[in-house]
Amino acid sequence: MCPNRVRTEQEINGRRGRPITDQDAHEINRVEELSYDLKIHEVMTKKLHTASPEMSLSDVLEILRINRISGVPVVEDGQLAGVLSIEDIVRAMGKNDLMETVGQYMTRRLVTVASYDTIVKAMRTFAESRVGRLPVVNEENKLVGMITKGDITRGILLALQKDYKEEEVRRYRASHLFEDIISDRTTLVLRYNIKAQNFTHGGTASSHIKRALLRLGADPQIARRCGIAVYEAEMNLIIHTTRGGILKLEVEPHRITMSTTDDGPGIPDIEQVLQPGYSTATDQVRELGFGAGMGLVNIKRCVDSMDIESTVSKGTKLIMRIHIPTENLSGRKEE
Amino acid sequence: MKLHEIIKFVDGTILTPELNLNINIHGGYGADLMSDVLAASQPNAVLLTGLTNPQVVRTAQMADFRAIIFVRGKQPQHETLELASQENIPLITSPLGMFELCGRLHKAGLPSFESNVSQ
Repeated sequence: MCPNRVRTEQEINGRRGRPITDQDAHEINRVEELSYDLKIHEVMTKKLHTASPEMSLSDVLEILRINRISGVPVVEDGQLAGVLSIEDIVRAMGKNDLMETVGQYMTRRLVTVASYDTIVKAMRTFAESRVGRLPVVNEENKLVGMITKGDITRGILLALQKDYKEEEVRRYRASHLFEDIISDRTTLVLRYNIKAQNFTHGGTASSHIKRALLRLGADPQIARRCGIAVYEAEMNLIIHTTRGGILKLEVEPHRITMSTTDDGPGIPDIEQVLQPGYSTATDQVRELGFGAGMGLVNIKRCVDSMDIESTVSKGTKLIMRIHIPTENLSGRKEE
Repeated sequence: MKLHEIIKFVDGTILTPELNLNINIHGGYGADLMSDVLAASQPNAVLLTGLTNPQVVRTAQMADFRAIIFVRGKQPQHETLELASQENIPLITSPLGMFELCGRLHKAGLPSFESNVSQ
């Protein structure tokens, strides 16, 4: 990773000759995002070694050698006066001038960055000025730190590591839920309200359920079976009910129970709806790729047991259960 | 077979440039009936379909498909693109029809991941 190659704002904006859109925003990767999030004061070196213009070059060389750094800011009367880098010292060595003062050889043409700027600003300044280190000043133009390309790389890596750890911690916490909480019978219940006819968002609840199961440490095959069953059930609530319904997931160490409850219109003949190919779906639903009369048949294939109760004009309750072999969910800590 | 190889075989255009194409695809499935896809597919396949609504992405996510190819140059709606990006399922559009798409990929060595529906 080379921070210099991170695209600048102008490059991103100008990529297709139009302002940044949501789709472009998706293309910006996490490192670029961090370059705009992280501030210079978060990654800069605050512990400063400074020199004064009267010091001899050989004294500064000692400071550089002992601290293993390649340059120092030069401060005069509390104000930043210049920067002295190893290149300046090499220049002096060429003339056998090491006893000369810092003031003679330091770079006075000062390029600085502000501590409250984002690191993208520092990257651009590095690219434009071709220097290896930049003094950082605060709002009052006082020297508060130094920044190098190495500081930027380190800062981004640390931030990425933090991101990664957060997801790890989240997954770890979820997967140990059933071991950490002690009871005679622990059940995790998730409820989702499903709106009728909301086709665009159909499947959102099922998607959350599948992700929750994977975070809880469920076997991918079991998560897939639950996902398919609950998705068909969610689509049934959206397609067939008068006012939507409730989708519920109950997770226990030995069993996953999914159920849907609605208040109408109810199913007149349950035997009939269980026949593959029987459907009452509208053309709109068929255009979405559903309504082929396979929903309940599919559910039955995915789960270990399915029960359906319905009363016309009262509502329907569908219960689906999957048994978990003992090695799943609770028993995955050995892995 | 890698997804980027598949894209070459089908003259595909990538619709989700932010997603990783260096992923392994183990088989293929061609269908427009999502219930069929949910009923009889195996995980880690690519889905070839003529439907472009968000339910296609949901179906792919539930059944563990790794990517979706739209046939006959179809362009998905905005919601579909957004959902695919969010759920990390690459979308590709190919100018070829379903028949030729399936034929090319099968000939290139990609097996069918459509399982038998009989119970």
